[in-house]
Amino acid sequence: MSLAYYPGCTLKTRARNLEEPAVASMEALGFGLDEVPRWNCCGAVYSLADDDLIHQVAPVRNLLRVKKQGKAKLVTLCAFCLNTLKRANLLMQEDAEKRDTLNDFIDEGIDYSGEVEVVHLLEVLRDEIGWEALSQKVELPLRELKAAPYYGCTLLRPREVAIDNVVAPTILGDFLKALGANPVYFPESTRCCGSYQVIRSPGDIAEYARPILNSALSSGAEILVLTCPLCDYNLGRGQKELIKKGSGSTEMPLLYFTQLLALALGLGPHICHFELNHGNPESLLKEKKLLSQSRSVQPIGG
Amino acid sequence: MSVKEKNKSPAQAAVKEKKQIAVKLIPIYIMGKRYEVPEGLTIMKAMEYAGYILIRGCGCRGGTCGACGTVYRKPGDYKLQVALACQKTVEPDMYIAQIPFFPVNRALYHFAELTAAPEEAFNLYPELFRCVACNSCTKACPQGIEVMDAVSALKQGNIAEAARLSFDCIQCGLCTSRCFGELAQYHMFQLARRIYGARIAPAAEHLADMMKVINEGKYDQFLDELKQAKEDELKKMYQEREVEPMTAGEDWKPKDTKYL
Repeated sequence: MSLAYYPGCTLKTRARNLEEPAVASMEALGFGLDEVPRWNCCGAVYSLADDDLIHQVAPVRNLLRVKKQGKAKLVTLCAFCLNTLKRANLLMQEDAEKRDTLNDFIDEGIDYSGEVEVVHLLEVLRDEIGWEALSQKVELPLRELKAAPYYGCTLLRPREVAIDNVVAPTILGDFLKALGANPVYFPESTRCCGSYQVIRSPGDIAEYARPILNSALSSGAEILVLTCPLCDYNLGRGQKELIKKGSGSTEMPLLYFTQLLALALGLGPHICHFELNHGNPESLLKEKKLLSQSRSVQPIGG
Repeated sequence: MSVKEKNKSPAQAAVKEKKQIAVKLIPIYIMGKRYEVPEGLTIMKAMEYAGYILIRGCGCRGGTCGACGTVYRKPGDYKLQVALACQKTVEPDMYIAQIPFFPVNRALYHFAELTAAPEEAFNLYPELFRCVACNSCTKACPQGIEVMDAVSALKQGNIAEAARLSFDCIQCGLCTSRCFGELAQYHMFQLARRIYGARIAPAAEHLADMMKVINEGKYDQFLDELKQAKEDELKKMYQEREVEPMTAGEDWKPKDTKYL
């Protein structure tokens, strides 16, 4: 089975450690991720201005290309791309006037009106594979690993694009349980990492990170599990700033959920690109004996 | 018929008459002013026919230098079209404006210091991220390049793909003239092709071997012979040279292999 897949620009550069383990893992599970032909930037952030239709062109053009690809469902890995694409999709479904204006402008031969369903990879794992079936594919259970699921904003807000319960999400924790890890729930798991605000005030990056990292650490987490390259950037840099300022001494490793998936499926550390991670996860993972070499996985039928 | 014309031969008169019938004039508008020009001329020749002396906006006149990027529109159509003035023939009632130069940002860099990292392009041309995927650049390309896709490739750090997609770019700048993100697409693509050529494409190993053979003087004697040859001898050698047939395969070799 193959799924239309939207990577996003950052996953091809700084966040290859988010993409590559995901592609390998899904292949091992029998789901090919079929990259959307000629995809462009998702728009980076959903424009909230009412009369700023030009910034909807990029996400809508991607959705149109999925339609041209002949796929009904689009999978994303980056939480920010998910948010931007899903909200633009809603706009195309709900606002007939803006839909017509955008279709006229985009000028690609066919029109788009929100036919494609935009989902996150976690939803595919939950809804199409299922936690039980996933746990049966685990070759290397992540026992002993105290992993704090961090959602940030864009998987859950606004409510109409949330992939789970907005105030009490469980999807990332359930995922970690299926991999055999010990999810560590912490109060600030849906607090904003600072998003693009840090561009306006770079000095605040540490103060955005502080409550999130403190909350996870004081709840007993050994690692923080992420879905978004922007969260990774802000929390990773924020943590380094905090250490420089004298708050704390060791860096907590930040890992993408897809890296844990690949490790648990026994695909080995070489596809995880740990060299791109903040907080040197390899020494902790080695200590937990989770860096063994790859084993074979039987694909899930379909 | 004047006295002068009466003295012409019938053949000359016929030629003149024929010319008068053959040349049909059509109206075009150059920068908004109406001119009647012979049909079949290129836009560039029509401008010269109308009296313009082109000292910029014309170069090779062969469709490869990119100096004569031109925007035009035809009556009854709101869409702007693009062409190279030296390639496109005039059509009735065309509105024409040439854009020989566009004052877009061009980054300065020391090429020897550049690597193949995606961040090189990001740092030199941060406006890359102002692209909103409107696709106006692609529509403005007279070479039919998927300009926006090449911009996307650069954003995705895929320099090889940006170089491949932009291979036919002649740097006319029409893409840039239509970009409201103020991107300098054609300069960015040139950077991509330079980086691709020097840092990504595999080096041609046989080139070093060949350079060694040349430097060791294998061809010196042959060149001296050519230099000393008389014009007649040169002509004879040229005319009698062995030409590789169009259908020759990979393993084709000339009968005389002394130059190989």
